[in-house]
Amino acid sequence: MTTMTHPLRDSRTMLRRNVRRMLRYPSLTVMLVGMPVVFLLLFVFVFGGTLGSGLGGPAAGLTGRAAYANYVVPGILLMTIAGAVQGTAISVAMDMTEGIVARFRTMSISRASVLTGHVIGSLIQVFVGLVTVTAVALAVGFRPDAGIGGWLGAIGLLILAGLAMIWLAVALGLKAKSVETASNTPMILLLLPFLSSGFVPTDSMPTALRWFAEYQPFTPVIETLRALLSGTPVGTTGLVAVVWCVVIAGAGYLWSRRLYERTGP
Amino acid sequence: MSAIRSDAVSVIGLRKSFGAEVVLDGIDLAVPAGSIFALLGPNGAGKTTTVHILTTLLPADGGTVTIAGHDLADEPDAARRAIGVTGQFSAVDNLLTGEENLILMADLLHLDRAEGRRRAAELLERFDLVDAANRAPAGYSGGMRRKLDLAMTLIGDPQVIFLDEPTTGLDPRTRRMMWEAIRGLAASGVTIFLTTQYLEEADELADRIALLDQGRIVAEGTATELKRMIPGGHISVRFATPVALDAAAGVFTRAQRDDEALTLQIPADGGVGSLRAVLDGLDAVRVQPDELTVHSPDLDDVFLSLTGRPRAASEAPAKEPVR
Repeated sequence: MTTMTHPLRDSRTMLRRNVRRMLRYPSLTVMLVGMPVVFLLLFVFVFGGTLGSGLGGPAAGLTGRAAYANYVVPGILLMTIAGAVQGTAISVAMDMTEGIVARFRTMSISRASVLTGHVIGSLIQVFVGLVTVTAVALAVGFRPDAGIGGWLGAIGLLILAGLAMIWLAVALGLKAKSVETASNTPMILLLLPFLSSGFVPTDSMPTALRWFAEYQPFTPVIETLRALLSGTPVGTTGLVAVVWCVVIAGAGYLWSRRLYERTGP
Repeated sequence: MSAIRSDAVSVIGLRKSFGAEVVLDGIDLAVPAGSIFALLGPNGAGKTTTVHILTTLLPADGGTVTIAGHDLADEPDAARRAIGVTGQFSAVDNLLTGEENLILMADLLHLDRAEGRRRAAELLERFDLVDAANRAPAGYSGGMRRKLDLAMTLIGDPQVIFLDEPTTGLDPRTRRMMWEAIRGLAASGVTIFLTTQYLEEADELADRIALLDQGRIVAEGTATELKRMIPGGHISVRFATPVALDAAAGVFTRAQRDDEALTLQIPADGGVGSLRAVLDGLDAVRVQPDELTVHSPDLDDVFLSLTGRPRAASEAPAKEPVR
């Protein structure tokens, strides 16, 4: 035996454990992926006709439902991530209440591997959700106009936003005293896309709400995603979006590490 | 230092407080390698806190702990490699199968795949879990979970095993099985540090017992040494008449007599031999007891005598001072 710890090997073991747990308990994944799909269909088919007409003139030559499908998809993609990280918070909290983590702590394994396993496992879950939602979106009339660069930028931004929300959810899961609390707290992440430019342009909102919507992090991320997918210039919003994601991911990471180190047996 | 070399666990002046509450008030322990050591005490005595500190789950506030020659403060990872822990609450993954749980442990101990599978199969066999290997522990009985938990602890061949109340909540049959398993481990040279609330369990298993009360070690020794300090073991005999009581009291001079209740409390270790001695003694003076009860020493008695807390003052006559 060596005196070195094996962070990569331990993280891989923990990832394998988390993926296996997801497969063993698929109803959570199905629900978390299914929810944004339902919202997508609801917004495109039920509200889309009317909301699309209110967007203010034809966008890329499209009007009504077709224009709204293009408008709403970035918001729904962010909502997919926000939904998936509920699962992260729940599984982290379950781990902490179940005693197995106490066992891990008494073993000579990389301290970070428990959390890394959760984060990478969640990233896979987020990815599955995003692919599913995008596929359904394309089937119901989403017509992106992005080149290779736009797609790569969009994927990169989604991963970054994913990491930000996942690390935040890990911290919330560690902070939660029970699994129930852990499943409720990240709910705020699901509400925030509604209070952004995700579903309707912010200038249609009352002043106070508009102010909030314009400055909360979801708006620049959604605006950037929309620009990347529709092939329009991103501008400085892109930088704002990236900074928000990096700051939230970093803060979530540091908070999680601190909570994990401090959490008693 | 030879003392440190031969002790698998050495604790000097260990202190721990949670806020204003002092949980461990300077405890000293020494567990020779290859022995079974029992930390005996009631709920809230600080047993679990001690195990948590010794297994690196909690930092100590003061004192020195050495496990298998490694100081916990300086080289916690080296100590972690030497230990195995089965806590009070089962530490198994409920969504993985029994076998997957064992292989998870093997992977985390960096055993190679073939070796991990071999060890897992061996332990499933040894703990009679082969039929349950492909099921998730959520459907196991309490005893099966405990066995899986212990098997997970053993997969890395630890030198020192900590068992926090290993049989609490188990049925008598499973408890016997756990005892057998623990004895088997000790026989193979592993050091066992266990906590228990049951004097009987400590008596059955341990080479040495330390009695923990309110964060202090109030007594330490072998089961026999400890039981000698207990005043509670006696045979209580009730008689029909004061005359009979008088006659019997003449035979058992060390007994305590209660004239009102017409009873005699004769010190005894609770064994059949002492019972026979009492009956023979009564026969010799031709006295028939009206009623006879055997009172075995239990943890309550140990506590009464060693902590001097007056719970049943009449029952706790002053005894030889401890150590």
